Amino acid sequence: MRVRKRYIALFFYFLVLVVPIYWMLNMSLRSNADILGTFSLYPSHLTFKNYIKVFTDPTWYSGYINAIIYVTLNTLMSLAFALPAAYAFSRYKFLGDGQMFFWLLTNRMAPPAVFLLPYFQLYSTVNLIDTHIAVALAHCLFNVPLAVWILEGFMSGIPKEIDETAFIDGYSFPRFFFTLFIPLIRAGVGVTAFFCFMFSWVELLFARTLTVTEAKPIVATMTRTISATGLDWGLLAANGILTIVPGALVIWFVRNHLAKGFALGRV
Amino acid sequence: MEKWADNKAWFLVLPVFVVVAFSAIIPLMTVVNYSVQDIFGPGNAVFVGTEWFEQMLTDHRLHDALWRQFLFSGLVLLIEIPLGILIALAMPKKGWGVSASLVTLAIPLLIPWNVIGTIWIIFTRPDIGLFGVGINSLDLLEVPFDHTARPSYAWVTLMAMEVWHWTPLVALLCYAGLRAIPEAYYQAAKIDGASAWAVFRYIQLPKMRGVLTIAVLLRWMDSFLIYAEPFALTGGGPGNSTTFLSIYLVKLATGQFDLGPAAAFSLIYFLIVLLFSFIFYQALLNVGKGEKAS
Repeated sequence: MRVRKRYIALFFYFLVLVVPIYWMLNMSLRSNADILGTFSLYPSHLTFKNYIKVFTDPTWYSGYINAIIYVTLNTLMSLAFALPAAYAFSRYKFLGDGQMFFWLLTNRMAPPAVFLLPYFQLYSTVNLIDTHIAVALAHCLFNVPLAVWILEGFMSGIPKEIDETAFIDGYSFPRFFFTLFIPLIRAGVGVTAFFCFMFSWVELLFARTLTVTEAKPIVATMTRTISATGLDWGLLAANGILTIVPGALVIWFVRNHLAKGFALGRV
Repeated sequence: MEKWADNKAWFLVLPVFVVVAFSAIIPLMTVVNYSVQDIFGPGNAVFVGTEWFEQMLTDHRLHDALWRQFLFSGLVLLIEIPLGILIALAMPKKGWGVSASLVTLAIPLLIPWNVIGTIWIIFTRPDIGLFGVGINSLDLLEVPFDHTARPSYAWVTLMAMEVWHWTPLVALLCYAGLRAIPEAYYQAAKIDGASAWAVFRYIQLPKMRGVLTIAVLLRWMDSFLIYAEPFALTGGGPGNSTTFLSIYLVKLATGQFDLGPAAAFSLIYFLIVLLFSFIFYQALLNVGKGEKAS
């Protein structure tokens, strides 16, 4: 009986979790006139017009392409930089290792608003404003530290004897690292990639500041539409739903490692 | 695990150092530079020393934003931590329900932050939102619900959004902590005839100490830095009632182009965060040690 009550409470919580998203889905499947005209709990005049508009109008769909480009770039960069560094932190004691590890954390915790203005100036100076690489590089500020922390957590779970045996067997460091060690922590690499992808995908402030038109991501396009007059709720909702899709597609694969990722590799 | 002592490991860390330094140290130095100068235009700046810092430390709007921020972060913790623990305790321990619960919990965490704001605008608007229309049709409120109408409504909406968005993170972390408790502990408690409360107080809560520390600090830090969600939902209004530190800072820097004061404020903001980061770091290190020892 107790167990049953517990699950009913949990069910209601999950309902609360899903209802706002359902509501947006509902809006996305109705025309704007319908939304403003009648209040309805489900799309009574079902239409895919909003989605068709997103997929055919370049001002909308280019936002997704831009976001995917810089997010992918950022994920690859973060992993490439973080893998060797995480290995160093998990295996070696060196001068200033603790301080360095802490410094990385402070960047993960830095308020993006603080860096906004100098970022705009810095990237203007090196002529990178409105390019994908600018946003990818800016997102490294919080994703590289995150990747180092998560990967270090996974690497510390692998006994050091494996490294020692490989070196005795005559493996060079790069050969050991790429052919033996990375396959051992591939789950960790996958989880790290997921988190880098996610935090880059959900970020708004840098992405909006560093892009104008050529590399403008969908999240920025959406905020600019909000401030414009004559708001199309259906279209906005359709875009909202589409931005959830990438995360929803891959969440299943990392479900058991989510806590570890959010705890910066410390659980 | 005993580590090898070798300073050559720096070569492995160097790429990270360079890329993060490019993104962190150069901009930070620029901010420091701004904070001690009055800038009229390109190549036309006057050194003003600590004037901006003094101005910022006595700025009433900044103080208001800071207190608002502390109140917001405090409320966030008070609601999200107990709620997250309850959810983690209620979650199934085996079977298909585990994966289903984990995935459902994770969904809000994967949504772009300004889309979170959009979801809640659509959900709470008095003309089209399920919540807005629903609560107004009950006719309980003196002034019809509209998050732009009254500061209290804006706060309720923001808190609901924040709790909706981030409680799953607390629940996920607590659940991971609970799963690490060996079955033998529960069996021993059963033999002793321990009550559910005793099991929670003497077995589950101590074992969750590590993950709870992480959850509290992460929620504290992230809510302290909040920008995109209130920006999308309320834009800091009505009035200044939801203008948090980041929103105030961005208004100052890009809206009014007060570079000097904005930079001075940034540094103060950064120092506050740095202090909390240090506490966070110490806690994280001890969490790692504690789990390995047990």
